[in-house]
Amino acid sequence: MTVTTTPQTTATAIEVKGLVKDFTLRHNRSLKELAMAKIRKRPISDNFRALHGIDLTVHQGESLALLGFNGSGKSTLLKLISGVMRPDEGTIGVRGRIAGLIEVGAGFHPDLTGRENVFLNGAILGMDEATITARFDDIVAFSEIERFIDTEVKFYSSGMFLRLAFAVAVHTDPEVFLIDEILSVGDEPFQKKCLARIEELRAEGRTLVIVSHDLDMVANLCTRGILLEQGRIVADDTATNVVARMRGEA
Amino acid sequence: MAASDVTAAPLVAPGHGSGLLDVVRYRYLLKLLVRKEMRVRYRGSVMGLLWSYVKPGVQFAVFYFAMGEFLKLNESVPNFAVYLFSGIVVINFYTEAFGNATRSVVGNAPLIKKIFLPRELFSVSSAWVAAIHFLPQLVVLLIACFATGWRPGPIQILAAFLGFAIVGILAVGLGLLFGAINVLYRDFENIVDLLLMIVTWTSPVLYDWRKVADAVGGPNSWFMTLYQLNPVTAAVELFHWAFWYPTGAVRDASIPVELPPHLLWSGLWGLLIALVLLAAGQAVFRRIEGRFAQEL
Repeated sequence: MTVTTTPQTTATAIEVKGLVKDFTLRHNRSLKELAMAKIRKRPISDNFRALHGIDLTVHQGESLALLGFNGSGKSTLLKLISGVMRPDEGTIGVRGRIAGLIEVGAGFHPDLTGRENVFLNGAILGMDEATITARFDDIVAFSEIERFIDTEVKFYSSGMFLRLAFAVAVHTDPEVFLIDEILSVGDEPFQKKCLARIEELRAEGRTLVIVSHDLDMVANLCTRGILLEQGRIVADDTATNVVARMRGEA
Repeated sequence: MAASDVTAAPLVAPGHGSGLLDVVRYRYLLKLLVRKEMRVRYRGSVMGLLWSYVKPGVQFAVFYFAMGEFLKLNESVPNFAVYLFSGIVVINFYTEAFGNATRSVVGNAPLIKKIFLPRELFSVSSAWVAAIHFLPQLVVLLIACFATGWRPGPIQILAAFLGFAIVGILAVGLGLLFGAINVLYRDFENIVDLLLMIVTWTSPVLYDWRKVADAVGGPNSWFMTLYQLNPVTAAVELFHWAFWYPTGAVRDASIPVELPPHLLWSGLWGLLIALVLLAAGQAVFRRIEGRFAQEL
């Protein structure tokens, strides 16, 4: 099933074997509800299997699109690779530093200024003080909000907020980037700039794993695509072919 | 670092940190988290950090008049004001550090669900913030000590550090333990609040240890041993010994002041118990940590 578009000589960046993830859906938790469930002999929880034995090898420098409709398990897979969640079965191995850009601005605090948030968020994404200081000007220039950098973030418009958050995220330098639906940031010129930056990261030989519903964008950006359906990999091909299949063209 | 530099690096399972050791590696982030906490706490506040003088000051005044004047503890305990305050600062540090550490994991849910970090950072930074709030109180205590003829020996200074270490370690340990369990059952915030309500009374803060000893059958009874094995009691008594015992009024008291038995030993036992609870807290935290992202 593994169809790789990069030569086998490059090292593995991400190796996923037999990955299973279950979620327990608890209906209720209060004492009263638990007692009622006991009396009526109703189950107090349901199991839901989000991923059924995923096997996946991503090579260094590859750019992989995770595709699939809502609820297919894309984001769960990304969270497992980033380490936010742990698998129930199977193993995951990642080589090198990893940055999960699961949501821009997750570590931002509205009461801090833009400057303070750059440092805090940079440190959360794994940069040290010297690196953030060295890249601070680049980050601010990228976000184009120089004038407001010492204003508290709560006064920012949502566009300004996302720009700054995205600027910090793309200036971290991990070997593996996990990107979940964050490319639809800002207005069109800014989006173009973001895509250009992602291209640049790819050209530097970093590994990208991207989840997005913007099929045209991922078809252009990624070399390889994987289609998930109900927690199983059903297609592994070039991104363009997988996108075509999703649209029912192939 | 270019991507090619890591071809030789091993494949590592993500999401497995090395616990509290990671906090040392992430000390820069810890510093920023503490700074954030302080900024957020006093946002839009004119008095800012001054509040951390005002609150214990008012608390002290209330206890002083209630316990010292109305219940006449002034007469049985020389320099009761310093006695009272040196205990209160320990309890304040403990309740703030433990209480906030318990809430820290749930409070940082948005971050924990999105980005992998050593989550112990949140508990440790809560305790750190409490330590920052402890400092102004210590300054006030020292001023009161000097005003009442404080002349401590070097061992007494060490005893103060030991007391501080006991409370800090204990608060982080229990904070990790209850912070993790609180993710599964939010009841634990309330249980911890209850525990913290009692803690002022299970240690000799507002009264004198002899009252307990007299009530339970002497200083060598098993209950008294149990009472003294409470690490918070040990820390409070160490603070009394460091800040209250070497003041003028205690030296010149007509009836010599009797220290609780085995003071230093209960301090060392307290430290040991705190360390054991820290190890237990860390172990439980690591067991539950894998479920944080899906339970929050």
